[in-house]
Amino acid sequence: MNPFDLIALIFTDYTIRTVMMGALVLGIVSGTLSAFAVLRKQSLLGDTMSHAALPGVIIAFLITGERAPLPLLVGAMLAGLLGTLFMGVVTSQTRIKHDSAQGVVLAVFFGFGMALLSWVVRQPGAEYAGLDQFLFGQAAATVEADVRTMAVIGGAALLVIALFWKEIKLVSFDPGYAHTLGMRVSLMNIAITSLIGVAVVVGLQMVGVVLMSAMIVAPGAAARQWTNRLGMMVVISAVFGAVAGVSGAWVSAAGVNVPTGPVIVLSATLIVVFSIFFAPNRGLVWESVRQQRRRAALANRRAHAEVPVGSVGSAEGATKS
Amino acid sequence: MKPDISQYPIVIEDLTVAYREEPVLWDVDLTIPAGALMAIVGPNGAGKSTLIKAMLNLVERAAGHVHIFGKTYPEQRHRVAYVPQRGSVDWDFPTNALDIVMMGRYGHLGWIKRPGKRDREIALGALHKVGMQNFAQRQISQLSGGQQQRVFLARALAQDADIYIMDEPFQGVDATTERAIVGVLKELQAHGRTVVVVHHDLETVPQYFDHVLILNVKAIAAGRVEAVFTPENLRAAYGGRVDMLIQKETGV
Repeated sequence: MNPFDLIALIFTDYTIRTVMMGALVLGIVSGTLSAFAVLRKQSLLGDTMSHAALPGVIIAFLITGERAPLPLLVGAMLAGLLGTLFMGVVTSQTRIKHDSAQGVVLAVFFGFGMALLSWVVRQPGAEYAGLDQFLFGQAAATVEADVRTMAVIGGAALLVIALFWKEIKLVSFDPGYAHTLGMRVSLMNIAITSLIGVAVVVGLQMVGVVLMSAMIVAPGAAARQWTNRLGMMVVISAVFGAVAGVSGAWVSAAGVNVPTGPVIVLSATLIVVFSIFFAPNRGLVWESVRQQRRRAALANRRAHAEVPVGSVGSAEGATKS
Repeated sequence: MKPDISQYPIVIEDLTVAYREEPVLWDVDLTIPAGALMAIVGPNGAGKSTLIKAMLNLVERAAGHVHIFGKTYPEQRHRVAYVPQRGSVDWDFPTNALDIVMMGRYGHLGWIKRPGKRDREIALGALHKVGMQNFAQRQISQLSGGQQQRVFLARALAQDADIYIMDEPFQGVDATTERAIVGVLKELQAHGRTVVVVHHDLETVPQYFDHVLILNVKAIAAGRVEAVFTPENLRAAYGGRVDMLIQKETGV
């Protein structure tokens, strides 16, 4: 199938339209939260939460006995939050540092999830098969009910961010100061962590627990390269997330036999690499061009002996307002 | 007989703070009179920053009380403005100087409500007071260290508080910034505000401040600079390390 036929299918084919819509929702939600995760230096939190979500998905499935999207997402969310709670307890009660605690929680929860999964899929009964799609995601299996659930949960998360924009900004920039203004910083941190958890579970079915973390890191890291304004960064991050999500879903829907998660992640990675090199101001390419210009200018001045060696402008002069 | 503590901006009683088992502050009593411009000095690890963080409920107290105009800090937080250490935040955050100063208005706004035109004017006025009016739209990572410090000071000014508590505002700043900060401190005092500053440069204490607390885990001495900023008290806090400086100060 050539790309143009595929574009036409978006408008005519129900399945492909559903998958695209799902990928779009997933990209926008995870992209938005990614901006905050990156600024709060919580990128790896997405990794821990998504891996920790696996046992939650499977237990929710065992309890309800069906693949309805909402219970599975709730299970994923609870397990992810339990994981971060564990992490908090380990960091505050022991001398184990944050990164080690994160590693421990990730491994333990994911290991438990994998053990459960391999046991469950070997059970007789058709409904048990296919649960392993939560590992790497399967966009093509997305149905309209899934998209609706994703949109409602994700939309609620975005609404919360829009409402509490200034509070989230302040707590992310300067939590100590926010505390003196009377904000309940620890509560806010739990709330923001939960929002990141929402972004993770919204993408689980399409991207899978293993690679969903990339969607919490990549769009925000790439977006930071392009702007110095928070609002703009969040918008760009959401767009990058959407582009990565849709392109991954597209390849998957085209019937290429590749799981969706890896394609989405590869596409997000390409965006990051491009941004690191070519973004204006912060991009490496422009930085090296500037550096070469400065060197050339300096060499030129030295050649004309305008700057006597040893005379450097005072700090005072450099900061005069 | 106990004096009426509601007359004093800050009254600290028996304050003890410990990290794990190690006491950082031990049984500190301190009364700061209205309109005081007070420096907190002491050697490294003396608990200077911890003391102001304990006033602001940013660290947990093992014992003791802090009264702000006779009430607890949470009841009076709108009357207190805090200037944290510049190094406590990541200045690569994507925003500009004005936006940071606007954060000083958030406490007055309450939840959800967005800052309006009046808040913007107050923030611009605060930037003007610290000589940063031309940098309002500047990305904060592109400011020099001294300029970042002045933005933090402007943010506290935008709160329009009665008490200003500052953590090492003179740390590593250029001469322009130092002058600007001193000017703001004197102006705050002239308007009857109370200012408490963690300070590390003993030489400038008599010049910049009228009150001083000499601290080393315990409060060694507190009061007017001319009364308590003496070689004996400094030696009690710093040991022999300040002898050279004391000679220079007292001219002996």
